[in-house]
Amino acid sequence: MRSIFIKELNTFFSSLTGYISIVIFLLLTGLFLWVFSDTSIINYNYASLGQLFTIAPLVFMFLIPAITMSSFSDEKQRGTLELLVTKPLTDWDIVGGKYFAALALAVIAIIPTLVYYYSVVQLGSPKGNIDTGAVIGSYIGLVFLASIFTAVGIFLSSLTSNQIVAFILTAFVCFLLYFAFGFLSDTPLFFGKIDNFVKSLGIEFHYDNISKGRIDTRDIFYFISVIALFLWFTIISLDKRKW
Amino acid sequence: MSIKVESLTKLYGTQKAIESISFEAKEGQITGLVGPNGAGKSTTMKILTGSLTSDGGGAHVCGIDVATDDIKVKSLIGYLPESNPLYPSMYVKEFLGFVCKIHKIKNADERINEVISSVGLDKEKHKKISSLSKGYRQRVGIAQALIHDPKVLILDEPISGLDPNQIQEIRQLIVSLKKDKTIIFSSHILQEVESICDKIIILNNGQIVADNKLDHLHEDHSQSVVIELELLKPMSESILKSIDPNLIIVKSENNRYLIEIESGEDIREAIFDRVVDSNNKILSMAMQKKNLENLFKSVTK
Repeated sequence: MRSIFIKELNTFFSSLTGYISIVIFLLLTGLFLWVFSDTSIINYNYASLGQLFTIAPLVFMFLIPAITMSSFSDEKQRGTLELLVTKPLTDWDIVGGKYFAALALAVIAIIPTLVYYYSVVQLGSPKGNIDTGAVIGSYIGLVFLASIFTAVGIFLSSLTSNQIVAFILTAFVCFLLYFAFGFLSDTPLFFGKIDNFVKSLGIEFHYDNISKGRIDTRDIFYFISVIALFLWFTIISLDKRKW
Repeated sequence: MSIKVESLTKLYGTQKAIESISFEAKEGQITGLVGPNGAGKSTTMKILTGSLTSDGGGAHVCGIDVATDDIKVKSLIGYLPESNPLYPSMYVKEFLGFVCKIHKIKNADERINEVISSVGLDKEKHKKISSLSKGYRQRVGIAQALIHDPKVLILDEPISGLDPNQIQEIRQLIVSLKKDKTIIFSSHILQEVESICDKIIILNNGQIVADNKLDHLHEDHSQSVVIELELLKPMSESILKSIDPNLIIVKSENNRYLIEIESGEDIREAIFDRVVDSNNKILSMAMQKKNLENLFKSVTK
């Protein structure tokens, strides 16, 4: 798995994909957080990073599909997948290597935002007046969110040899997983009956929970099972080409 | 027996790509898989290398079943797929380093240099794969198949699309490797197979239509021989025909004749006598077995 992981990371950083993803993520979150007056922390009057964690999922919704779209599609199109599957590697080596490399890129993009945290700590009045627990929870939530989006992206990329199709499908499915269950729970069909259950199927529900700084095993369990499910789908899809 | 294939069958939907194929390949030999396009050569190779699963029958590589322990089998095999897929954005050495890591090779640098010089990539080793010509890319493909010094080498059309010099070099390279390896090689260029393979398997429509050592192949499937004859003076065809009832004059041009004897009987002596009897002289006479090209055509029609 290590060999694939390193190869994938090298590919990200030898092409522009890696740098562009990181720069765009930081640029967008930076603009929303410090420049655009509607969402800027400066105008918000509270020492809170809440805006960052509202915007970051939206940015990831199109940035992660861009990172994962090539992961299997490109190999399929070039035929290099045949090279990989005929090497002494298990399916999990290939899927895991690609998954963790893409996830690593997303995490590398998140890390510099710690500067925002430091800035808000310094700007607080009195200094350091910030809900650090919520920030830690939010960061954990963000990493889990990125993990789910990446797993979705890797799976959808394994279904097609067309990168654009992989990108659009991933963005769409991530959007559905994040928002759709929340909207659905408000429809008359579910509202007042099982709306809480429907809501809890979506990512948003668990992400919001964890963002409050309350790390609940149920949320962690939800994140890990969704990730495992999509990675398992990917392995099946990889195996299917042999039939 | 390092490769043993037993009644292997593969279906694509309802179409049979290969149907109960059985053959064996020995160490130290080059086995050629020949056949027209779509005959099932690549499918057979893909099953051996674990990139496809079979729908019936089985295959063993060095005594290990490809269906049960595919990781072990894959580590024994060096495989060059037909399309020679490579990562164009990687450098030659970087790519070979990646393959080394997959195979967990120690002293990777040393091994990479060794393989690079054995496939003749020394001048190109610092280049990006995307900037290499087709012949050099093919060598990179062979290098990645060779890097872990595999027991079994499976090459799917390694020489298609190369120029004559490159064909010659790749051919020499393949022959130089055969000593302690089992090599399976596919091609639809018959001269190639004829010149380097010890054993040939001819596939057609997913079935084996001929499987034997080269000499035997000729005997089995084409008894007829061809005689080229050059005489001092032209001679009437009817006199020649009267030598043997099976004799056919394929071509006659002044004093040169091309004669085919379908029974395969050696009638050179009779020809000599008849020519001398009719006050003529033989300038040259050569007997040939029907070549593989013709055999190929006749069994795959």
